[in-house]
Parts: sequence; structure tokens; C-alpha cells
Amino acid sequence: MAEVLFFIAAIGAVAGAVGTVALRNPFYAVLALVCHLLALAALFLLLRAEFVAAAQVVVYAGAVMVLYVFVVAYVGGADEPLTGSTGASLRFVSIVFALALFVELTIALVGTSLSALDTEGAPYQEGFGTPAEVGELFLTRFLVAFEIASLLLLIAAVGAVILARRRAGLGDEGEVSVADVMRRPEVTAGDGATPGSMIEAAGPPQR
Amino acid sequence: MTWYLVASALIFSIGAGGVLVRRNPLVILLCIELMLNGANLALVAFSRAHGNMDGQMFALIVMVVAACEVAVGLGLIVALFRRRLPIDVDELRELSG
Repeated sequence: MAEVLFFIAAIGAVAGAVGTVALRNPFYAVLALVCHLLALAALFLLLRAEFVAAAQVVVYAGAVMVLYVFVVAYVGGADEPLTGSTGASLRFVSIVFALALFVELTIALVGTSLSALDTEGAPYQEGFGTPAEVGELFLTRFLVAFEIASLLLLIAAVGAVILARRRAGLGDEGEVSVADVMRRPEVTAGDGATPGSMIEAAGPPQR
Repeated sequence: MTWYLVASALIFSIGAGGVLVRRNPLVILLCIELMLNGANLALVAFSRAHGNMDGQMFALIVMVVAACEVAVGLGLIVALFRRRLPIDVDELRELSG
């Protein structure tokens, strides 16, 4: 039973991966990646990693992919030609490189003669992979990694906002940055803010 | 257990090939996600083989880092789009913006 489920999920994951690489429209590539992530969550479940599987579905297939879909819709998912200025030869070399990488990784993994390779793995332990166990480990042994991860998420959020904001001096004259508004408190919604921006939506600054 | 590792190697190399073949930075980010997921699968498989939770914790931290990378990468793509630059890594080869 587990073997059948494994092969179904593995075929789904590999098909999703191939679709992500091969589909021309970025929108379809994102959807193929969602399929891949769901199949991978099934694989995680088969490996008794319940919490990782749940986080995979909720965080990846849910939140991150929604972010992708929004950006693809904003930038415009134009079809790109698969071959272009780089030419077909570079593409051929890339595919050969990927195949060589797969063969090399397989040799490296299978040829290690690890004692666990052809077994079902360690015997079942109570609470392996459950959220309770994960939470306990995160707050005891992996506390530093946990705190650094939260700090990294904060930095990434701030960085993404700063990267994607409208900048003064780069765009039209009517655009303002947040720094301009803070420097000139007398600015009103009419004279500085671009129509439709968040500054305009907030109305004139209140004093 | 061997098959899980072979599947993870396959997913990783598909992602690596995709990074090399595709030219849209959005799709390149997607392919990087593929590579990270292949590595995650290997980590969780080793965690299961060893009967130790450390691999799963590692996989969760990798997911956090991947989410950060996606946020910053998509912010860069939106910034490129705002400046009306071509969304194509072959035409963005100059660092002088």
C-alpha cells in the first residue's frame, strides 16, 4: 500500500516539476508547482513528517503560491519563447548538465552503502513528527535557529517592501516616497500623492 | 528509502535544468523552489531513516528561508517591472541599472 501511494505521489511530484520547467506560460508554471507541492506533501506524510506536510500545504501551496500568482498577474504572464537569443546549443548543454547532475546525485546517494538505504527506516516512535514534538524541539534544542528564522522573515518582509515601493527620482515627477511625506508634514493628498496610491487613500495627514 | 532519495535527486536536477533553460526570472524563482523542495525531500527521508527529528527541523528552516527568498525575489521583479525593464535575465546582464 505504501509503495503504491509512494509511486503515485512521486509521479505527481516529478510531473509537476517537469511542468514547471516546460510550460511556457508562467501562470501554468505556477499551477504546476502547486501540483508538485501537494504531491510532495503526500510524500512527507508517507515519511511520517505530519507537521512538515501541513506546513508545506499551508505555507507553500497556500501563501507563497498566492504571492506568485499575484506577481504573475501584475507583471503579466506573457508567453516567452523557450529558445531565444541564447540559442539552442546552450539549451542542449543545460539539459545535458541536468541529466549529468541527476546521474551523479543518484550514484552519490545510492553508492554510499548506507545501512538504512534498503530498509523501511527506523522503527516507529511515539510522537515522531507530530506538532507537539516539533514545537518542543523548536523551543529547546533549536531555539537559536528558530529566533534567527523569525528575524530573517522580518528582514525579508521589510526588504521586499523597500524593494517594491515607488521611489522618488526614478519615476514620474508626481511620485513621492515615504521619506518625502515624513519630511514635509504639510503635504496634502492632492499635490503629492499619485492617484491610487496608498498615501492618497489615507487622505491628508492629520495634525 | 532509496526511491525517496532518487526522487529527490530527480526533482533537484529538474530544477537545476530549469534554472539554466528558462529566461523569465519568475520561472527561475519557481525552479529554485523546486531545487529546495528536492533537498527538503532528501532531508525528511534521512530523518525518517535515522529515526531522528533533526532532519524535519532542518526542512522547516529551509522552508522559512525559501519564503524569504521568494519575498525578496518577487520584490525585485516588481521593481524591475515598475522601471519598465524587460523581464528577461538575458537582457538584464548589465549591473549598471
